[in-house]
Amino acid sequence: MHHESPTRRGALKCLAYGSAGTAFALSGGVFTTFDVADAKTQSAKPLFVQVSDSHIGFNKDANPDVAGTFRHAVDLINALPAGPAFVMHTGDITHLSKPEEFDTAAEIMKGLRVSEIHTVPGEHDTIDATGQGYFERYGAASGGKGYYSFDSGGVHFVALVNVLNFKQGGLGALGADQLAWLAADLAGRAASEPIVVFAHMPLWTIYAPWGWGTGDADQAMAHLRRFGSVTVLNGHIHQIVQKVEGNITFHTARATAYPQPAAGMAAGPGPLTVPHDQLASMIGVTSVTSVRHPHGITLDDRTLA
Amino acid sequence: MVIRRFVAAFAVVLVSAPAFAQDTTVRIKNFMFMPMAVTIHAGETVKWENLDEEPHTVTSETGLFRSGGIDGGGTFRFTFARPGVYKYTCSIHPQMIGTITVK
Repeated sequence: MHHESPTRRGALKCLAYGSAGTAFALSGGVFTTFDVADAKTQSAKPLFVQVSDSHIGFNKDANPDVAGTFRHAVDLINALPAGPAFVMHTGDITHLSKPEEFDTAAEIMKGLRVSEIHTVPGEHDTIDATGQGYFERYGAASGGKGYYSFDSGGVHFVALVNVLNFKQGGLGALGADQLAWLAADLAGRAASEPIVVFAHMPLWTIYAPWGWGTGDADQAMAHLRRFGSVTVLNGHIHQIVQKVEGNITFHTARATAYPQPAAGMAAGPGPLTVPHDQLASMIGVTSVTSVRHPHGITLDDRTLA
Repeated sequence: MVIRRFVAAFAVVLVSAPAFAQDTTVRIKNFMFMPMAVTIHAGETVKWENLDEEPHTVTSETGLFRSGGIDGGGTFRFTFARPGVYKYTCSIHPQMIGTITVK
């Protein structure tokens, strides 16, 4: 007897909405457009929703009300037709790792109507180098290490930390201990098991002069390459950049706080100030419905506009 | 001519004397320490000014000095007691590097 998964039709499409509601299907690494109305009617329950870079505590021109836009993102998730199993915050929860910033962020995330909230730290959450404030609040799930794995909806999820132990002048780093843990975590798993990897900084080098990459990410990919379906989701750069390499799909999420310039298009990677009426179209969340190759991942990047 | 030179040299001493007592400033702008390399004397103080909207840190390679987050518009000072070459980075933007040489 053969069961057709009810989400299979939805899984045939990989959606990436632009700010104007444009949609693209990603199949085999080739983008093709398809009917937006069709995409909007799909009401499959999201596996999870990714939020990133809320930067609670930021108060400059690029977004004087980051708490407000983070609340808006929470409302957007709560308004999805079918609630996700969990929400993953891929870091830079706070701007300066201050206790009151963590408190505000936690208060806002309490508003999420989901049963689980997962996190990985961004470098702004561990600004004191020890990450004490972050680990006091979010370290329990990993025994204080920050990296951990869990299973949900038939998918194996791996949360990694690449914002501690930066090498001087270098990119983000995972480190030998974490890489050894990852190898052990993945050992013995069937290659058919879909894998989703979270980390704050991109796990591939987008732009080294701005530190947009992870120096030892290749060693992590060596452990992941044998799997038939790997989805790597990052934050940090406050804009969507996507790449497909074999069975591995890389995707970065928008921030909920403020956009950043495209790689190399400014003197530095700081906050990008846009006219206030355009801000909502440049920040948002990523809803993920399916991560099973060969049908592709189904990502829906929704802006707050 | 000789007198003129003497006056010019004297003027330089007058101008530089108060500066000697001031902190040496390193500006942080566009994700760079400027200047990247600074030379001072033992007992002098370096002041870092963050002119970016983004927070940065001044974190020494050896742990001798560690600013914590310096928000946009903020400053950090450290007085170097002993001669040596002190490398530092921004712990949240590790592409940013700088060196303080203390004679």
